Amino acid sequence: MEQMAEHTVRAYAEELRRLREMVARMGGLAERQVADATTALVRRDAELATEVMSRDAAIDALEAEIEAFCIRLLALRQPVGQDLRLIVAAMKIIHDIERIGDYARNAAKRAIVLAQQPALGSLNGFQRMARLVQENLKGAMDALVNDDANRADEVWAADEPVDEVYNGIFREMLTFMMEDPRNITAATHLLFVAKNLERIGDHATNIAETVHYAVSGETLAEERPKADSSAFAVARPPS
Amino acid sequence: MTPPSDAETTSGTTQNASFGGMQARSAVALNETARVTVRNLDFYYGANKALKGINFLLPEKQVTGMIGPSGCGKSTLLRVLNRMYSLYPGQRAEGEVLMDGENIIADGVDMNALRAKIGMVFQKPTPFPMSIYDNIAFGIRLHEKLNKAQMDERIEWALSRAAIWGEVKDRLNSSAMGLSGGQQQRLCIARTIAVRPEVILFDEPTSALDPISTLKIEELIDELKRDFTIAIVTHNMQQAARCADQVAFFYLGELIEVAPAGQLFTAPKHPKTQEYITGRFG
Repeated sequence: MEQMAEHTVRAYAEELRRLREMVARMGGLAERQVADATTALVRRDAELATEVMSRDAAIDALEAEIEAFCIRLLALRQPVGQDLRLIVAAMKIIHDIERIGDYARNAAKRAIVLAQQPALGSLNGFQRMARLVQENLKGAMDALVNDDANRADEVWAADEPVDEVYNGIFREMLTFMMEDPRNITAATHLLFVAKNLERIGDHATNIAETVHYAVSGETLAEERPKADSSAFAVARPPS
Repeated sequence: MTPPSDAETTSGTTQNASFGGMQARSAVALNETARVTVRNLDFYYGANKALKGINFLLPEKQVTGMIGPSGCGKSTLLRVLNRMYSLYPGQRAEGEVLMDGENIIADGVDMNALRAKIGMVFQKPTPFPMSIYDNIAFGIRLHEKLNKAQMDERIEWALSRAAIWGEVKDRLNSSAMGLSGGQQQRLCIARTIAVRPEVILFDEPTSALDPISTLKIEELIDELKRDFTIAIVTHNMQQAARCADQVAFFYLGELIEVAPAGQLFTAPKHPKTQEYITGRFG
């Protein structure tokens, strides 16, 4: 990555640094929410799940703060070029992170219900999926902090394994439900949790796409590789 | 509004300059006919080479903004385009500046005719110490013989096109020196367009004006591009962003990058452009 010269106006450079730092902090909070929600689910820990739910407000507050800061920068600095792209990217990214926070919160809410239901299977798939989406989220945030378009591209192309695990969970839950209708409550909640994790993965790739534009000035035009075939798990649509 | 007498259609040259790299891309992106084509232009102040191998075009009826740090050659290029430099010994240009197939920097070009075709508006308003009416009539008389009625009509047309008619129509015989800075600049624009040029060059036309007068001039430039091909040199990047269709960035006598304004100010290709527009210039 070519090292750019420093801004002539130091206060402006400082503001842009602060913006990156705030977005990275928000991303870090969301990563932790995803990790803790998954831990609460696997360990059947309702207390941790409750904590995750209460922490979502901090992410929302940070989103509002960053958005106000971006609007201020746009108005006062009239940014162009890479600075403009960074600020616009930040505004999009914090929206993705806010959604990720909401999905983590929802997963935690279902973990509380699930802790009172009979256990279903091993939940290994959930741990694996959570780890994959966290890696992607972290990769996307690193790409933003380091102006690294290649890292962003890697994340952008790495959502397929998430979709594959999701497909596996989908089939597994269908099987549990067919085996015994008493599994339906837990399996349905677990399906939603899996869907939440899958959506979190999609938002991580959105962030990677935005970072790619912010860094390179070019949009990723092609269709992203996808492998979510759960819609066709039971029946193919008429062709 | 149309010029009062036989309005000639300014049909552009359709020559395709064999540009490489960035220039070619921008020419394609704008998809416009070149009104003025600059080819392999070098310019010297004595032994000092101020412009190096410039390849460039002014698309017809579009605004081209020229930006770059002081001494980058942007004003020099404007001075080449209407041969202002010919007034000074020791200054010379090599290469071609083509307009209607004619190389306007060649020897033997009729300067008076050229400056009627390519008008220029300067940084500081330069009204003559005479009446508003005579300020406009002065330039016209150099190039054309009009009777009183034709002259009145032409002056009203020029002042209207320069968006100042309403402000001066009741005091055409007052001295132009009594106008405000912004009005004086619009008067100078009226004087420039009164001889019905095809190209208008603006050299930092608003650097001596307040923000409202500046916006009036910018609005006027936007209006004028329906009939004229315009080049504007400006130190104010926001102004280039607001006014220009294509923007050219100059540095140390070289044309670094030319692109549609929307692209140059969001995702410039050249790192030097990037550094300059974002204020990271050393």
